[in-house]
Amino acid sequence: MSIELKMPALSPTMEEGTLAKWLVKEGDEVSPGDIIAEIETDKATMEFESIDEGTVGKIMVEAGTENVKVGTVIAVLNGDGSDVSAPEAPKAVAEPAPPAAAAPAPAKSAAPVAIEPEMPEGTTMVSNTVREALRDAMAEEMRADERVFVMGEEVAEYQGAYKVTQGLLDEFGPKRVIDTPITEYGFAGIGTGAAMGGLRPIVEFMTFNFAMQAIDHIINSAAKTNYMSGGQMRCPIVFRGPNGAASRVGAQHSQNYAPWYASVPGLVVIAPYDAADAKGLLKAAIRSNDPVVFLENELLYGKSFDVPEMDDWVLPIGKARIMREGNDVTIVSYSIGVGLALEAAETLAGEGIDAEVIDLRTIRPLDTATVLASLKKTNRLIVAEEGWPTCSIASEIAAVCMEQGFDDLDAPVLRVTDVDVPLPYAANLEKAALINASRIVECAKKVCYRN
Amino acid sequence: MATLKSKGDASAVAVTAPTEDPDFALRSLQDKFEKQGSYKASDDELLTFYEQMLLIRRFEERAGQLYGLGLIGGFCHLYIGQEAVAVGLQSALAEGKDSVITGYRDHGHMLAYGIDPKVIMAELTGRQAGISKGKGGSMHMFSTEHAFYGGHGIVGAQVPLGAGLAFAHKYREDGGVCLAYFGDGAANQGQVYETFNMAALWQLPIVFVIENNQYAMGTSTARSSAETHFHRRGAAFRIPGMHVDGMDVLAVRGAAEVALEHVRSGGGPVLMEMNTYRYRGHSMSDPAKYRTRDEVNEMRDKHDPIEAAKAELLNRGKDEAKLKEIEKSIRAQVGEAADFAESSPEPEMSELYTDVLVETY
Repeated sequence: MSIELKMPALSPTMEEGTLAKWLVKEGDEVSPGDIIAEIETDKATMEFESIDEGTVGKIMVEAGTENVKVGTVIAVLNGDGSDVSAPEAPKAVAEPAPPAAAAPAPAKSAAPVAIEPEMPEGTTMVSNTVREALRDAMAEEMRADERVFVMGEEVAEYQGAYKVTQGLLDEFGPKRVIDTPITEYGFAGIGTGAAMGGLRPIVEFMTFNFAMQAIDHIINSAAKTNYMSGGQMRCPIVFRGPNGAASRVGAQHSQNYAPWYASVPGLVVIAPYDAADAKGLLKAAIRSNDPVVFLENELLYGKSFDVPEMDDWVLPIGKARIMREGNDVTIVSYSIGVGLALEAAETLAGEGIDAEVIDLRTIRPLDTATVLASLKKTNRLIVAEEGWPTCSIASEIAAVCMEQGFDDLDAPVLRVTDVDVPLPYAANLEKAALINASRIVECAKKVCYRN
Repeated sequence: MATLKSKGDASAVAVTAPTEDPDFALRSLQDKFEKQGSYKASDDELLTFYEQMLLIRRFEERAGQLYGLGLIGGFCHLYIGQEAVAVGLQSALAEGKDSVITGYRDHGHMLAYGIDPKVIMAELTGRQAGISKGKGGSMHMFSTEHAFYGGHGIVGAQVPLGAGLAFAHKYREDGGVCLAYFGDGAANQGQVYETFNMAALWQLPIVFVIENNQYAMGTSTARSSAETHFHRRGAAFRIPGMHVDGMDVLAVRGAAEVALEHVRSGGGPVLMEMNTYRYRGHSMSDPAKYRTRDEVNEMRDKHDPIEAAKAELLNRGKDEAKLKEIEKSIRAQVGEAADFAESSPEPEMSELYTDVLVETY
């Protein structure tokens, strides 16, 4: 049986090469592993090994021939008959029809309906800080599911660097509330591996600034593995901690990472504003079978809000919330920006502008339907974001409005954000760099052409 | 954790206690291994090892050929020469109970676990029938059914992920051990040492296996590593080290027995250095000019794990014709896998959008 030896592709991009030298001649015996030729690619000279046994029959391409196309028969080997046949050259694979150009993920067609889960008539509301709400969410889920545990720096004996895990060690013990060394890359990887192994870790980063040390595991390990495994590998993990600017801590400790994580398919990204959302969404995040990045805000931890007193207060992921209804202009925001937007809406009301405020709550997947429905009503939209303007969530919302709501726009979508500089330390400069309510007011008036 | 407390208490113990002596920690298991020696395989076991190693060899040769034909794209890292490591170690595991994780040179570890060569080869050619539906490729293959957790393309990332799998074994108290493979190149990544620290601190049931094939891509260990005796790399964390001839399947299996006994009895992590050699380049596009042909030939001719197993089988009176028969059937099996991988259809276009998230929001 004869076997055709073909010009091999020796790199991911090689299309042709030079047959530099034959190391065998017609009639020679070869065994698997014997080098039979040297082939030059654009990068290097490679050795070409035989994987079969046999006698070199005819040499079809002379040594020194340049531009030999990959797949060209360069020699024939007469096998000893015990070999299975050599594989055929690659069959021409029909070029698949390219997916519709940059087809956005199927847009949610359903109009935004009731965005709150059912809250029974007469539910009592209790006042909780965001900090307490987050802790209660974790405690409730840990009670309900033995697989849930918390790990991070100072989460156990110290009771949390920002006291979010206060009391958890006492109730659940050191097996489930685990202090780690200061080693973000390592423990993010261990948490991710534990999730792959069937547990439901909550990994606390003291702040998301430190998660940059660990971002490889959040993205390459947690977000991509389900896809790369064809749906075999689950990674139900929550990465949580404070995100965004705190107060006077300087540039390295003051950054909003929502746009970074929101750009990654395979992740869910949540950034709640008030305590009820913090609780209901963190519980949903812990129950999700997907990896979730849960972005909190240090300045909101101590703020109190009403939280429904219910056995199981869980909110849907991926649903925005209309915080205030209005007809003249839409202010889209999330996290700490929502409070500023509401403050701005009050001021605007005093000036006769009726603003609608939307809290995105989930940053990925974005509830574009709620945003577009509001735009349809008000025809004017701005985005208020505590973060940098470039490649921001605000930029994304602006793009969505243009692509899917262009005919509803009576004014350009504007972004109100922090100033495009690393956050300075000096009090006056810091204040000047950060978004505030009066800038939102100014911007809203601009799109209403009122000045 | 309880272990945290006992660790704290241990610091009060006299510094001469054996567990406080880092040299003791470093060599204790090696001493035991040297005393115990290589694994005493039955004829049937040895024959199985031989078959498994030969399957990996022939599979990888065929994968290299398919790459040359353009049927396999991107990066493709072959395991040729290192077969004894995966076969020797994994034969000692309780499949399904223990877990395995490795880097991008992962074909051999899957074959050593008896995963169907067809679905592996079909993944290499990017077909729907591939083990990752064609969406992972050579470096990203998984089989949760066999507790094989990949197949990871970022050098060293599998080490903390493996510790996470070990953490889950301990948390669930299921008696499982994680075997986490990485190379001499990955051994210089910072996250490996972050993991050593936590694995030892929390006494996780994990065997770290450094497959020292002497070259991190094109850089020899001598040019990249201040400490080239990799089994010593855990000493700072009190992780006992072992160094093993990774070209000898019975030595590998013998060492595995010692390591696993230590880990299963609650002794915490073990670091095994497997001294091995890859005959081919780092990946298919590596001409391997950083070493001489003589060096490669020396390993192939004198230390080949498959030839050694074959010689031992013949020595034990196995019939040469029978071995020839086995070789023939493995060639046929690999040929079938290649045919399957070539003829299977590519993934449906709809697969582009599946498996991004598990749930719908």
